[in-house]
Order: sequence, then structure tokens, then C-alpha cells
Amino acid sequence: MLIFLLRRLGAGILLLFVITTITYTLLYFSSDGIAQNILGEFATPEQIALKQAELGLDQPLATRYLDWLGGAVTGDLGRSWFNSEPVVSALLNRLPVSLTIVIGALLISAVLAALLGVAAAIKRGWIDRAVQLLSLAGDALPSFVVAIVLVTSLAIQAKIFPATGFVPFADNPALWIMSIALPITALVFQLVAQAAQQFRSAIIDVRRRDFVRTLRSRGLSEREVVFKHVLRSAAPAALTILSLQFVGLLGGSVIIEQIFALPGVGPLAVLSTTQGDIPVVMGVVVYTVIMVILVNLVVDLVNGWLNPKVRVS
Amino acid sequence: MSEAVVQNPQTPVVVARSGVLKRLAKNPLAILAFLLLLGTIAASFLAPVLATHDPNYADLQMVLAGPSAEHILGTDSLGRDVFSRLLFASQVTLAAAALAAVVAIAIGVPAGITAGYFGGVFDGSANWVTNMLMSLPGIIVLLAVRAATGPSVWISMLVFGVLLAPSFYRLTRTAVKSVRNELYVDAARVSGLSDVRIMSRHIFSVVRAPIIIQTANVAGVAIAIQSGLEFLGLGDPLVPTWGVMLSDAFRNVYLTPLLMLWPALAIAITTVCLAILGNALRDSLEDGQKAPRARKRAASAVPVASPAEVSTDTAVNAVSDHLLDVVDLRIGYPQEGGATTTVVDGVSLHVDRGEVLGIVGESGSGKSQTAFAVLGLLPETAEILGGSVTIGTTRTVTPGSRAVSQARIAALRGKGIAYIPQEPMSNLDPAFTIGHQLVRPMVKVLGISKAAAKARALELLATVGIVNPQRTFEAYPHEISGGMAQRVLIAGAVSCEPDLLIADEPTTALDVTVQAEVLDLLRDLQKRLGMGMIIVTHNFGVVSDICDRVVVMKDGRLVEGGDVRTILRAPQHEYTRQLLDSTLEGKTPMSMLTTGTKA
Repeated sequence: MLIFLLRRLGAGILLLFVITTITYTLLYFSSDGIAQNILGEFATPEQIALKQAELGLDQPLATRYLDWLGGAVTGDLGRSWFNSEPVVSALLNRLPVSLTIVIGALLISAVLAALLGVAAAIKRGWIDRAVQLLSLAGDALPSFVVAIVLVTSLAIQAKIFPATGFVPFADNPALWIMSIALPITALVFQLVAQAAQQFRSAIIDVRRRDFVRTLRSRGLSEREVVFKHVLRSAAPAALTILSLQFVGLLGGSVIIEQIFALPGVGPLAVLSTTQGDIPVVMGVVVYTVIMVILVNLVVDLVNGWLNPKVRVS
Repeated sequence: MSEAVVQNPQTPVVVARSGVLKRLAKNPLAILAFLLLLGTIAASFLAPVLATHDPNYADLQMVLAGPSAEHILGTDSLGRDVFSRLLFASQVTLAAAALAAVVAIAIGVPAGITAGYFGGVFDGSANWVTNMLMSLPGIIVLLAVRAATGPSVWISMLVFGVLLAPSFYRLTRTAVKSVRNELYVDAARVSGLSDVRIMSRHIFSVVRAPIIIQTANVAGVAIAIQSGLEFLGLGDPLVPTWGVMLSDAFRNVYLTPLLMLWPALAIAITTVCLAILGNALRDSLEDGQKAPRARKRAASAVPVASPAEVSTDTAVNAVSDHLLDVVDLRIGYPQEGGATTTVVDGVSLHVDRGEVLGIVGESGSGKSQTAFAVLGLLPETAEILGGSVTIGTTRTVTPGSRAVSQARIAALRGKGIAYIPQEPMSNLDPAFTIGHQLVRPMVKVLGISKAAAKARALELLATVGIVNPQRTFEAYPHEISGGMAQRVLIAGAVSCEPDLLIADEPTTALDVTVQAEVLDLLRDLQKRLGMGMIIVTHNFGVVSDICDRVVVMKDGRLVEGGDVRTILRAPQHEYTRQLLDSTLEGKTPMSMLTTGTKA
């Protein structure tokens, strides 16, 4: 198990390296006008040249990249070109908001998908059809369209929830929940769809297995058989789907945070890309890739715990 | 399971494989989705004709106007006609989504075919690239691309197409891999066709349908991400698309919320319709594949017939002082179209305390179905057509009821009635330790503490002949052998000292040497606990070894029944004789017969 974890971690670090290299190379070609952008329209060529030297823009790609990589390895992602804020602290300031939304959506989706899957698989009939239709819509509709509908109807028209802003949990737990309810709902709506479908078909499949019949014959209640035994065997496949979709969730959260004006990583990503603030863009890329690697690792661990056979192989 | 039972009779029997489109046409939702998509595409093509205004003509006198005769859907924040913009926007949006899909197919499909067909180094490296691409968040990459190249819907969709290529790659690779090993591809290779010819002729026909389905999904995703990017204000403001319009409308959400409706609706309808169409297409393809199997099942089904004409000593009367009393039991599976396949037809039998009854028959004779009916473990699709089952003083099947009373049988399980399955490995939950699976029922049924149950479980494991009970207790099912697993299952079955034990082919899946040991163990336990026992088997050797009485089943009916010695010595029915001939050949239990004759 430890070897397995180390291998996954090694693959993750390699992935991180490859992706940052590609992104950095890509961004290198867009850095021409940056100094001008930072200094404004009326900067003299001398000022621009000075700024370029200050930012290291006069250096060749390899030097700049190795410089960045050297810092990144020691946990220093540089400073923003526009407001000189260290990238790491900018990310850390915004991380709590983004993580609340993303992890919240992931956990709620996992639980909801399991419940919907059980209901659809066992009750069949109209509940099954409703779940299927709902997941179809949830899967197809972009989460930001759902968010727009939610914000327009429940926040702007009905005024039940705040349309924008974030209240830290420490300040006011009730308002905290209100401020993250709609963003999380929008993300869950999309995330839960495929996982619920996967749960449903896996539960239908597992319920036909021999060991379930034997467990029933031993006098265990149907509830215990379904929620303890069937669900446990059905979960790994659905959780894997969920971890694959997490990549999309991260992307979706960028737009969602922008819609609800949440001070998360999303607005930072949007602002830095429009400005061409390369250190910040790189920081955002590093953050997303690390999140993806971590979630995949956690799902692998959970699956190993759920299914002891996986643990061995 | 030994019976070739109909597992899923809901499968519609559809004959032609070419009927995919026909089946699709029967799905009203799919037709609606198709028509809506067709309408959207037509509207985008006809945009120059249908549009009432220049989509980019700004009339600053008419900013954010409501719907009017001149502007059917009103105007936006720059006084541009929303209706005209919507039409031209669908042109750009759909074309850009198509670009992403085309790029994804152009990269993914050839790569998938090559990787699947040739394997090797290309396969390995392509898989690596695929995994990397799939762990990239699309929006973040597109944001980076936009930072590098500026706002262009075409460039971002081109890049997104590359990001989407893995979905086609995986699909094609899997399909090609499975087809590659098919006989007809080998035959084609032997007959001298070149790899390219083989791929284009045989393989393309296999991957065509999945690719079409995937294209529908991918187009929806492309529209979603493209609109999302533009919604963030990162699109080209000069090119009207749904996302750009939505972004503009959202900025004025407090002034004119209605403005958001049109682009949002366009995005929602298109993406959902694409998904519905893709889904419907997949369903109708799957139905087509199921059809031949459904027909085969129908052919092997037993026809509905009159109740058994053979009267045996077990079928004479229903005296209630038996431990188990089954009277005229009939079980069937309702089929599509109202017909019912009967698998158990008028079976009557009884078991007394301390007595072992054998139910003998070949696969499909209904013996396991009878056992499952007694246990209340029939599949959900099964139906009781008649008769009654009484266990002790509890009627679990009352005459006229369509199913086993789960409430009444649940109260009996463990203590009243227990079950030993046929296949040891598949009957233990792989996710829980052996100990947990033994302890939990005892806690539940006997109401003893966990610690007491554990002590008892260890004792039981020793009783069934497991050398190291503690280690087996802590093991997971995949860590023990099949013979041990069967012993564990026996321990589980007798753990609450049941009055009646039903063993369904308890030795079939085991090695010959282990078979004898397990039978000895069963006989031993049965004597010690004074249980009534039913052994379901196709093997007369097992019957002669352990049973007191035996009933023979064929095609869902009892053909013969009585004392084991009598039946073995002088089988009355032709079928029993055949069974005896086939199972006793060269087997040791013959000694039973000979001693019987001598006595």
C-alpha cells in the first residue's frame, strides 16, 4: 500500500512538472507587452526596458523557467507583476474560500449520489425515472447556467440568499452557510449526476450477487444489507467517476466564484490571465494540478479502505 | 446458480439490429431533442435571412429596451437587437463547438485505432499523454491559452478539442482492442488483407456508433466551456456568441433580468438536447444487442403446463406437524407480453426434524428455485403462482399470495432456517472480514454481545475444521481457499443453531477430496444439532451419502420421491434411472447400494 501511494505521488509530481513546463513555455510567448501593460500607455521605451530587466523578461526562456522552477521547488512561486504580492500568500489567502466550496460540493455530491443511487436502484419506478432525468439535465447543463438561474431566482428576485460575497465561518456561521449555499448547490447539481448514475447501476448489479443473498439468509435486515454491504461494494466505481469529474469541478468553480463574487482562487485566475500576470497564472496552475493529484490520491485511499482486495494489488 | 433462470425479463424483444433508428423514432423525448437541435442549426444557417438587424449595430438611443415590434426580444446594453444577435451567435457558437469536436475526433480516433491495433510503445506513451490531458482542468488551460494568444473563440476551441481528444482515444482504443482479437479479423488477416484495409472495413464499423454518441456529448461540453469562458468576460466582445450575450446580460441583471433568459435558454436547450440524443442513441444500440439473448432465453423456458400428474408419498397430504411443509408450490417468471414462464410446477414435499431430504435434478429442473422459495430468497422478478409453504408453525407462503412473506420469513432467518450456498467464494462479502460476517448475524439474531459472538465464532470455526480459527477470523475472503470458504459458510449457517438447514449444491464447487470432508462435516453437524436438512444436488452420490429421503425433479415437477434406499435400489421413473446411471458411474457411493442389496 505504501509503495502504491509513493508511486502515485511520484507520478503526480512528474505530472506537475510536465504541466508547469508546458504552461510556462506557452506563457513565455505572451509576455512581450507585459511591461507596457504594467507601466501604462505613456511609459517611455527606457522605462519599459528597465521594467523588463527587473522582471527578468529580457532573459531567454530556459533561464526564466529554471529560475521559476528553482523557486517553486522551495515553495516560492514569485511575486505578482502587478501588485508585488507574493503568489503563495495570494493563493493561501484565497484557498479557504475555494476549498470550502469545492470540497463541500464534492462531499455533498458523494453522499447525495449514494442516496439517489440507492433510491433509484431499489425503488425503481418513477423515482428511478426522476433520478435519471435529473442526472441527465445536471450532467448536460453547465454549472454556471444553473448558478445564474439560482442567483436570479433565489437571490435577486426572492432575496432569500445573498447574491454575492462570502462570510467567514468564524464571523457568523448562519451567514456563512447562506453565502456558500447557492455556489455549492450549482456545483453539486452538475457533479452528482454521473456519480448517481454509477451508484444506481452498481447497486442494481451488486444486489444480484450471491453474497447479498447469503447475507439476507443470515437474518440481517434489508437496510443493513443495502447500506452496509451493497453500498460498500458499489461505491468504488462511483467515487472514481467523482474523482475524474473533480477536474471539471475545479474549472466550474472558477466561473461560480466569479458569479457570486467570492474571494476565492477563481477571480484571481481570471484577473491574472486577462492581465498576463504570469507568476500568478503559474501559481493557479500549480494549485489546480496539486488539488487534482490530492483528490485522486484520497479517492484511491478511500477505495482501498472500502475494498480490501484493491489494497493488496 | 444452477438454473438457467430468466434474470431480466423486462428486456424488450426486438428483432432487427438495423432497427436502431426505428427504436430511436419511438422515443418521443429523443424526437423532441432532435427537432429542437435541427431547428437551432437551421436558424443559425438562416441567420442572414431571419435577422431583422445587423447583429453589431449599436443604437445608443435604444439601450436595454424591452420587447417591441421592432426588436422582438428587445435590445442589449449597447442597443443591439437581441433576436438578431441570438441568431448570429448560434452560428458562431455551434461552429466553434463543431470545431472542438472535429479536432478531438481527428486526433483521438486515429490515435485510438493505432494504439488499440498495434499496441506497444505507441499505446504506452499515448496512454500517458491521455492521463495527463485528462487531469488538466479545461478552464484553467484555456485561461492560460487566452493569456498567451488573446481572445479568440476559434483558438480556444481548437485547444479544447485537443483536451477532449482523450475521450475519443479511449473509446476507440477499447473498441479496437476487443475487435482485434475477434475471429473475423484474424480471418481477414490470414486471407491477406492489409492492416489498413482491415481497420477501415471491420473496425470502423464497430467504433462508428460510439463515436457518434461521444460526439453529441463532446459538443455539449464544448458549448458549455466556451460559453463559460465568454461569460467570464474573456471572449471576443466583437464576435456575438451565446456566452458573450450572457455575460453582457448578467452585468445588467438588476436592470433587465429577462435579457439573460434567451442566451441561457439557448445554451441549456442545446446542451440538454445533445445529451438526450446521445443517451437515447446509446439506449437503442444497447437494446439491439440485447435482443438475441432475450430470444434464446424464451426458447429454453419451460412451457406452462398442468400440475404434476405424478403422485408421490411426499405429495399425498399436508400434515402440519412437519418441520417444513411445501404444498403444491408453483413459481413463475412473468414475461414481456403477459405470458408467464413456470419454473416450479406443483411441488409438494416435507422435512421432519432430524431428517435429511435430497432434492435431485439437473440444471433447470427447478430444484434451486424451490429451495429459494422456502428460504424467501427468490429474485424480485419471480412470482409465486400457487401453493403454500409452512416452516414450523409459520406460514411463509399462504395460498393465493404472490410472494413469500418477507416479514414472516425474516423472523425465522438464522434460528429457524439457514442456508449454505453453492459457490463458496462469491458468497462472502469481499469487503468485510470473515469474523465480521460471522459475528454480525449472531449479534442480530441471538441478541448476544459482540464479545460473546466472537468467542462463539472462533469455536464454530474450530468445529468446522479450520486449523487456525483466529487467523481465519481476521482474514478477508480473498485470503482463504475455496474449501475454507465453504467451511466458513457452513459455520455461518449453523451459527444460530437453525431448525432447518438448506444446502444448495454444497460440494459442487469444491475439489473431490474436499467434497467428502465437507459432506462428513454436514452430516456430523446435522446429527449433533438435530437439524432438519435439505440438500439440493444433481449428484446421487451425495444423496446416497447423506440423505434419508429423496425427491427427483424434472422440468419444474416432482417425478419420483421416497426413501433413499428404495429409490436407489428400484427407481420407478425413467428419468431417475438416467440420473442414477450418469452420476453413479465409477463413483464410490456404489457401496451403499451393494450393502443395501445384501441386507
